[in-house]
Amino acid sequence: MSNKPRKFKGGVHPNDSKALSASSPVQDAPLLEKYTVILHQNIGAPPELLVKKGDAVKKGALLAKASGFVSVPLHAPTSGTVTAIDKCPGPTGISVPSVEITADGEDEWGSPFEPMADWQNAEPADLKQRVWDAGVVGMGGAGFPSHVKLSPPPEKPIDTLILNGAECEPYLTADHRLMLEQAEEVVLGAAILARILGLKTAVIGVENNKLDAIEALKKVAANHNVTVQGLSVNYPQGAEKQLIYALTGREVPIGGLPMAVGCVVQNVASAVAVADAVVMGRPSIERITTVTGEPLVNPGNWRFRIGTPISKALELAGGVKVQPAKLLLGGPMMGFAQSSLDVTVMKNTSGILLIPAEQVSQYTSEPCIRCGKCVTCCPMDILPATISQAVENERFDLAAQLNVLACIECGSCSYVCPSHRPLNQHFKRAKAEIMAARRKQQNK
Amino acid sequence: MTIILTSLIFAALLGAILALIIGVAAKAFAVESDPRIETVTDMLPGANCGGCGYAGCADFAKAIVEGAASPSDCPVAPAGDSARIAEYLGITSEQKEKMVAVVRCSGSISVTVRSPYNGINDCRSAVLVAGGAKGCDYGCLGLASCARACPFDAIEIRDGLAVVHPELCVGCGKCVDICPKNLIVLVPASVDVHVYCNSPEKGSVKRKVCKTACIACRKCIKAADNAEQMTVKGFLIETNYDNPPLSDLVEKTGCPTTALRLASKHAAGEYDGVSK
Repeated sequence: MSNKPRKFKGGVHPNDSKALSASSPVQDAPLLEKYTVILHQNIGAPPELLVKKGDAVKKGALLAKASGFVSVPLHAPTSGTVTAIDKCPGPTGISVPSVEITADGEDEWGSPFEPMADWQNAEPADLKQRVWDAGVVGMGGAGFPSHVKLSPPPEKPIDTLILNGAECEPYLTADHRLMLEQAEEVVLGAAILARILGLKTAVIGVENNKLDAIEALKKVAANHNVTVQGLSVNYPQGAEKQLIYALTGREVPIGGLPMAVGCVVQNVASAVAVADAVVMGRPSIERITTVTGEPLVNPGNWRFRIGTPISKALELAGGVKVQPAKLLLGGPMMGFAQSSLDVTVMKNTSGILLIPAEQVSQYTSEPCIRCGKCVTCCPMDILPATISQAVENERFDLAAQLNVLACIECGSCSYVCPSHRPLNQHFKRAKAEIMAARRKQQNK
Repeated sequence: MTIILTSLIFAALLGAILALIIGVAAKAFAVESDPRIETVTDMLPGANCGGCGYAGCADFAKAIVEGAASPSDCPVAPAGDSARIAEYLGITSEQKEKMVAVVRCSGSISVTVRSPYNGINDCRSAVLVAGGAKGCDYGCLGLASCARACPFDAIEIRDGLAVVHPELCVGCGKCVDICPKNLIVLVPASVDVHVYCNSPEKGSVKRKVCKTACIACRKCIKAADNAEQMTVKGFLIETNYDNPPLSDLVEKTGCPTTALRLASKHAAGEYDGVSK
């Protein structure tokens, strides 16, 4: 591959504000007294709870087992006692079931599986089972179970494994620090994933605003036959379909998965989780999260156990110097606004972001002036302006014809709209209504 | 002169031929329609609300005449009207109980915890953003999706809460399907006592976010003439509509959170902000 940066069609260039935390090395968050682990951390079916109140658990012990193929097990973040099985505020604003673990301070490992030292000669199926057993999900934000992506049907051969290190969301630097500090493990994870898929090579895509990370990866990449490719700095470069197009020139069909064009995409943090699971024999119970935003005294990157409350994360970042107006989980483009500090870090929490009042949009939406900016920037090549009008008139059939289901909800259209139209919210609504109507049709 | 004559004759001939075609077509392709359908349509309220389950009043009238529906299936028509339709058609029509909608939430802005929300003014869009900007996961979002759906203007948004005016509500049920929180139910109009809360959470959790939530203290059950009149479901009490309590129960109970209310007084705004 050439050294020319690769890009996709469209996209936007928001101010990335990554300098706030990009130079701060990853620190291990101190052990807490209590962790509230949200039960359902993956896309797909929630896992089935195995523990009850009063049970003693070791660090890494199974708390819940997978309840189906598209489901992953959940493990204890530390050793201690299960003190409550209750509901806690979830990242989507709705209360969700959770397991509260009171730490005993020993932090003693009790992993349900052994390290696989000789993974180079292990059966791909065993390696894949390990990825599943370790509860690895897409740690870029979606939380899609990794083993499902590694199980393509036989009629869809995979020829390319892509590791997603684009981290195109502004403010977030968790993957950046991870690639810089744990380059060896990222590449190792890539090699293991490649073995599971029966491939010899893998490619890591990294945006060109992380040159130090690219360099660090390149130093170790050759050992495992992995290539590192710089990508143009452009949001949403890290979206799966955009990344595939930038790296291979292939377009994933609407409604299709990357496997339709022979690709599998995994996040770099997920690759490290895979390497940990296989080589170290450790389940996925921690992740690097960026705690950032202008109101914070000391923004940075921390390695949190799952179940760490946001309030504790903000304390580690030195608290706030000015009153923030908004708290987001994830980045500013696709992150979820939070209403409670009791929400806890999950496997897919890439960032905890505070936004000051002057940056929070409080515009009122105005009529579309047909400037076409949203059409130019839409990375999926759909017509946001036309679709939003269809949705405003509750013409969901028309929205479906206009391929609203192809929308990846990246928010680029809402970002550029000079009339401040809530385009992204319209599309979420349309997608929800269309899917509900289809389910209704199927159940008839 | 000839031109005028020619054109006049031509126009007259053309008219006659076309009239003949129309006349023949009207006889040959005549559609037999029951004249009673039109009469019954005229006797119906003409709101086209769809509350009967048919596409509109004309469709419903056809169903009545064909015997597929009963005049009393119309939730809008007063009892006298449906009796008159039944009399005209010479059929018997048993009277159905009048139903009204109840929004099972009393969490207006002044009594609840809410986050700022700056998105689309529609409950079904708002619910996609963090479940709606309300501390309570189950409460009314107050963005008027139900009020806009109501063909009879029976729902008012007051202080960020949807309030049904029972005297205007005809029980067509249009609002029931619209509400993304499934808060609206149709209940017999004769019952005035309702619990204006739908949260199954524990009392302590509810009280943190809402001053007028039902905390399942069971005062109303003790005050009721018999315990069957109010039913407990987890941490929520509901009126038993099969065996409803009398209107004086609200006064007898003295509900500590005012979640137990009379629909008529709730609509008149007599409970606003009350919390002991």
